[in-house]
Amino acid sequence: MQYLINGILLGGIYALLGVGMTMMFGIVKLTNLAHGEFIIMGAFASTMLAQWLGVDPIVTLIITVPLMFLIGVLLQTVLINRVMLQGSEPALLVTFGLSIIIQDALLLLFTADAQRANVAYNTATIPLFGNLYLPVLDLIVFAISLLTILVLTIFLRKTYMGRAIRATSDDTTAATLMGVSVKKTYAIAMGIAMATAAVAGLGVGMRWTFYPSSGGSYLLIAFGVVVIGGMGSIPGTLVAGLVFGLAQVIGGAQYGTLISYILLIIMLAVRPQGLFSK
Amino acid sequence: MSELILKVENVQAKYGDFLAVESASLEVPEGKIVSVIGANGAGKSTLMDTIAGVHKPSAGKIYFKGEDITGMPAEKIVTRGLSLVPQGSRCFIRMTVEDNLIMGSYPKHVRAKAKDSLERVYELFPVLKEKRNDLAGSLSGGQRQMVAVGRALMTNPECILFDEISLGLAPTVIKDIYARIRQINKEGMTVVLVEQDTNRAIRTGEFATVMLKGKTVLAGRSKELGEDEIKAAYFGL
Repeated sequence: MQYLINGILLGGIYALLGVGMTMMFGIVKLTNLAHGEFIIMGAFASTMLAQWLGVDPIVTLIITVPLMFLIGVLLQTVLINRVMLQGSEPALLVTFGLSIIIQDALLLLFTADAQRANVAYNTATIPLFGNLYLPVLDLIVFAISLLTILVLTIFLRKTYMGRAIRATSDDTTAATLMGVSVKKTYAIAMGIAMATAAVAGLGVGMRWTFYPSSGGSYLLIAFGVVVIGGMGSIPGTLVAGLVFGLAQVIGGAQYGTLISYILLIIMLAVRPQGLFSK
Repeated sequence: MSELILKVENVQAKYGDFLAVESASLEVPEGKIVSVIGANGAGKSTLMDTIAGVHKPSAGKIYFKGEDITGMPAEKIVTRGLSLVPQGSRCFIRMTVEDNLIMGSYPKHVRAKAKDSLERVYELFPVLKEKRNDLAGSLSGGQRQMVAVGRALMTNPECILFDEISLGLAPTVIKDIYARIRQINKEGMTVVLVEQDTNRAIRTGEFATVMLKGKTVLAGRSKELGEDEIKAAYFGL
């Protein structure tokens, strides 16, 4: 039972790790290899800002989310939109290059030391019936993850920009006939993906110690979640995140990752389009 | 003769080295229906895509309401009041019918009218109102065309280009959609209708332009040109 609780709570942040990636996959058709580094960038930003300002790391989202959004828009506009004209492989390579640059920049700025966003409720728990309990920190990160995914879903369903993003992913030409500028839409999609990475980074920084080089392992989780959920599907990402979280907890430190990736391989063999992809 | 709302002069369009449209000219009087007739591969769709800004012309000029729109991107042209219903409807298949229609009111200057426009489209195509929450991908071919027409109407155009809207549809469905097009035209909309079926084109369009192998070879009032002359031009006889 406690496994189930821990697994679900872990699944929330796993879904959040994948959600920005799935957006770029599904909408911009870009495999963003720098997404792990974006998350670690977010983790550093929140941790450092919280230390300097002496506030709870969650408060730093007010700064990191708009900032990362802007960086995403800029990145897409001046760099990725241009190389995407040459095809998907150059764009893939550019994101790989970006991941190396970001990693080295973080290393220069913050050294290779382990970091962790400190919060007062680090070890606090809420007792439930029996021996069961809810870890407060994990619960908060889970709630933030869920809220982010919910806000994103409503944005994509209910706003003109959100509809334009979905329309562009369905049929680029038809979208331009409706007055949609594809490049602007891609830039905003990247901005949003970066903004989710800022939130995911906060979650990572609160739950785990991280290093400038941690991006790769989170990219791997994001990849798994995206593939199982179905590329581009946000509800799929949520379910896949929960599946991955449960697999991780049930397998424990020894077999968790192994079980997760066996699931991924089975998924690729049986239903390569993912759980929720149409 | 009423004023020209759309004027295309000697437009040329290529795909790489392939010359899809060698030289096309088209005159569309305001408030009328103009049929563009031609066999498969005559360059009709490329011409429509070029007018709407989806494809860039390599030569020639396009004027809409007197403004030179040659080479203007599609997302700008739609804001001028010119809308294309592309071949094969190209609905957003993973979006609901209503979301598809609302996408038509994406241009900022028509958003305020979105609600009224939506009601008008539902009046025109009641079946879309019934299926408003269904995914466009689950609709029949005819219903998808209705979504595409409705979506174009939502952009509040003064002139609509219909690219082979009857392709692959059952005769009764075609009849129904054509009746709607005539109705839209009666309400003041200028219509350009691309057709492979000469008879239907002549019946519907007061004016006709015939394309053959990338060139416009004949243009005028459908009645004055007569069926025989149009068919001869169609086949290049």
